Amino acid sequence: MSRNNKKLISGIDTKLFIKDATKLLPDPARRAFLRGGASLGTVAFLAGCDITDGTTAENALSVMSRFNDRVQAIIFGLNRLAPTYPESAITKPFPFNADYNEDQAPIVDGASYRLKVGGLVAEKKPWALSELYGLPQESQVTRHICVEGWSAIGKWSGARLSDFLQRIGADTTAKYIKFICAEGYSTSIDMPTALHPQTQMTFKFADQTLPRSYGYPMKVRIPTKLGFKNPKHVTEMYVTNDYPGGYWEDQGYNWFSGL
Amino acid sequence: MAKSAAVTLRSDAKQPEDRIVHPFWVRVTHWINVVAMMIMIGSGWRIYNAAPIFNFEFPRSITVGGWLAGALMWHFAAMWLLVINGLIYVTLSIITGRFQKKLFPIWPSEVMKDIKAALTLRLSHDDLSVYNAAQRVLYLGVIFAGVVVVFSGVSIWKPSQLQELTALFGGYDFARVVHFFAMSAIVGFLIVHVLLAILIPRSLRAMIRGF
Repeated sequence: MSRNNKKLISGIDTKLFIKDATKLLPDPARRAFLRGGASLGTVAFLAGCDITDGTTAENALSVMSRFNDRVQAIIFGLNRLAPTYPESAITKPFPFNADYNEDQAPIVDGASYRLKVGGLVAEKKPWALSELYGLPQESQVTRHICVEGWSAIGKWSGARLSDFLQRIGADTTAKYIKFICAEGYSTSIDMPTALHPQTQMTFKFADQTLPRSYGYPMKVRIPTKLGFKNPKHVTEMYVTNDYPGGYWEDQGYNWFSGL
Repeated sequence: MAKSAAVTLRSDAKQPEDRIVHPFWVRVTHWINVVAMMIMIGSGWRIYNAAPIFNFEFPRSITVGGWLAGALMWHFAAMWLLVINGLIYVTLSIITGRFQKKLFPIWPSEVMKDIKAALTLRLSHDDLSVYNAAQRVLYLGVIFAGVVVVFSGVSIWKPSQLQELTALFGGYDFARVVHFFAMSAIVGFLIVHVLLAILIPRSLRAMIRGF
């Protein structure tokens, strides 16, 4: 990803493109190709894109992924609600999914838990669980769709993230919100999605306190985004204008990942 | 020289522009489509493997992308190539009258007759500029499968923003099944299509140089 020694080529060499397909990303080291990559919105699409030797396909693909971020942001409707379902449609048992085993899910002590808030917000005081439970709560029965393709319907309850952002005096003209989790996981979303009425700081699953495997003490439920954009065990969030990436996003998964 | 003389004789000394079976835009969109389809099908198989719908997986070696994130990047990059190229092809086919001239009319009795002849390897491909009834049905069918594969794919990609489209395909999970079978229909067509191109090399040559 070095900015030096770059050859300027207009368009894409089809032969190289296909040849590179076979060697693309089997090696874990290559998966990191997006780390330190150009920030969102700064990469020109096709016309005038510069392609580095050796990583031609990877660079072209990340340019396309950034382009798809922008297309999805345009398609996204702030008042367009994700489909909701009757409680009879809820998937039982609801699948556990993470890149660790269920018994390795982080254990967070609710009594000492404080949600840290930072970045472009007026009030940076940390929030105790009891204070978060005191926010106006609502429920949704929506479909969780995994990037792998499977889906499951569940019931989540909690506070609207948009309400919370207002309370803490967040700069809602900023571009991004980053979420950091107890186990080191992280993800980030665009501000319009953060302000969407179904984007929820979740404290309950199936009317019970959020179990450890589903993200105790707080998950962020976003029915308009793929599952990996719905972080569990969230301990910190901050508002920023600098592209914040995320655990899977930095490895090549599409950042916007809207539904 | 001998080759071109033979061609000239067989076509009764027609002018080159009269002998063109596939105009330039058909050949260009055809080969771009080959690249786009190979990427879409190969990466689609890798994506399928991440959460198989049926009790089998595609062998890793014939998939594109290496791992799920790579396959998704290929899939969502090549979809633009597939769709834009497909739109150009369909638009030009309609305004030049190529669809109407080449694919219609289709009479069921002729289709049955030609399929029977094809299966017994007795179907004539003497005149490449006229499609027989079996070809007409197959080409129309694969264009239809292409339309279904694109719309069902978009409905899986955007089941919230385009939820009416997803509902049209029977909901998110069923839209995945539709997407899978549309892909299967295209792959089935490809097997027949490529086999026949090998059996009748003149048809392959015509798709490269036009006649």
